Amino acid sequence: MLPAIEVKQVCKRYGSLRALTDIDLEIHTGEFFALLGPNGAGKTTLISIIAGLSLANSGSVKVMGHNVITQYPQARLNLGVVPQELVYDPFFTVREVLLIQSGYYGIKGNTRWVDEIIERLDLTDKADANMRALSGGMKRRVLVAQALVHKPPVIILDEPTAGVDVELRQTLWDFIKQLNQDGHTVVLTTHYLEEAETLCNRVAMLKDGKIIALDSMQNLIGKMTSGNSVRLRLSPDCLPSALHELQISHDGGICELRIENYAQIEFILTTLRSENVQILEMHLQQPDLEDVFVNLMRNGRKQAK
Amino acid sequence: MTGFLTLLYKELLRFWKVGFQTIMAPMVSTLLYLLIFFHVLEAHVEVYPDVAYTIFLIPGLVMMAVIQNAFANSSSSIIQSKISGNIVFILLSPLSYHAIFLAYILAAIARGLLVGLGVYLVTLLFFDIPLQLPGWALLFVILGSAILGALGLIAGIWADKFDQLAAFQNFIIMPLTFLSGVFYTLHSLPTGWQYASHLNPFFYMIDGFRYGFFGVSDISPYISLAIVALCLIAISMLAIRMLKSGYKLRH
Repeated sequence: MLPAIEVKQVCKRYGSLRALTDIDLEIHTGEFFALLGPNGAGKTTLISIIAGLSLANSGSVKVMGHNVITQYPQARLNLGVVPQELVYDPFFTVREVLLIQSGYYGIKGNTRWVDEIIERLDLTDKADANMRALSGGMKRRVLVAQALVHKPPVIILDEPTAGVDVELRQTLWDFIKQLNQDGHTVVLTTHYLEEAETLCNRVAMLKDGKIIALDSMQNLIGKMTSGNSVRLRLSPDCLPSALHELQISHDGGICELRIENYAQIEFILTTLRSENVQILEMHLQQPDLEDVFVNLMRNGRKQAK
Repeated sequence: MTGFLTLLYKELLRFWKVGFQTIMAPMVSTLLYLLIFFHVLEAHVEVYPDVAYTIFLIPGLVMMAVIQNAFANSSSSIIQSKISGNIVFILLSPLSYHAIFLAYILAAIARGLLVGLGVYLVTLLFFDIPLQLPGWALLFVILGSAILGALGLIAGIWADKFDQLAAFQNFIIMPLTFLSGVFYTLHSLPTGWQYASHLNPFFYMIDGFRYGFFGVSDISPYISLAIVALCLIAISMLAIRMLKSGYKLRH
């Protein structure tokens, strides 16, 4: 099947800084894809190159099979981008902005769809307000709406929930999930890893302009973490020798033990009881994307040293 | 075509919504020039036989207003969009660079013509101004505002900050305008300055425009037309090249 986005051997330099190095990435049609990484990893640069806002020094990018440089009109018709910066045109109202944006994509009289996105993004009350009069969250909604005026098959959202309240986040994700279910490919960058974990099927992690992990969410969490674990605070703070082989760490009075399955908890409890060790605190730990992220970034740092 | 028309509409709406500042204000300042020169110089200067100085001055001032506002329109639109970041909405769209170029230039022409027409109509209330060859006047006013619209586009793309744009305006556009014969004829200048004026493309715009009013000019209107048209082609090519390469727009 035709990939929604195909990035081949893309390099980008700003002077002596290598912002992106040999990026290869294929995002399939219909995916909900997360592009993650710390600040300055190159996420926005990569998105800018896909959107044609930046020009790569080498390599090629296609959106729905169209090269973003040589076939830019088709590539851009297939792509909707929500930029990270909260930008707006202070001369116009929300509705004017959306109708003008539709026009740029060659769509005349887009009132029905514009009204629908206004409603879906809860902007109805503000539809005829000037952009200047809108709060940050409202401006963010308009940015999302602007990216969707031409119903693009591929949507890229660059940190759409940065500085946005809980209610809007919910509204926004419900809407984006619906779009994904309707067949739109969605690419997302965010610092809220929980969001990415709940929403996305596949992840690419970027660090210092390189992709350091690219896998399905499930595989990544499975491979990159030590599985489930239990954290205990004991009195006395001394782990019975029978449990030593399960120990992951023992730090600051907290003992972390690896567990393959929940039946093992019973074994741990019995052993502790028989050695007269009392449990003061107990937490079950399930690995999540944040662990993967922290592990990967830490390993990356070690490699760099 | 819809994309181009939309951008044109947006550019027209942009200045129309703040018409007090973009149309009325420059009209008032141009009319103030006229009032002052009329009061001070009317009795002292005669440039063409049988043409009073104020009457001679009016086409020059109209053209000056056209030039300044055409430049201001495209340059300020681009730099405001660049600095506020909303230029991204144009850059993300499938609009071709030709469409972007044409939309900005036509909006600049429209604002230049509106201000120029406004000044002209007000002066008609007080003075009897001949308009012998309106076709020539219209041709030069359109070409002149197109050139300045394209220059504004270039300056707006090139400038990273408002003060760089102001420098472009104050050190290039203003001197070329003031030294182009808005306030005098070439023949009243010393020979050296006459030669220097021939190097100023703005001189041909104003001289050609004035020809449309009085049927007389410092040099042949055909030569002026050729030079102004060549200037427009050269400056347009540069502006289109900048848009195509993404210079300072696509990093």
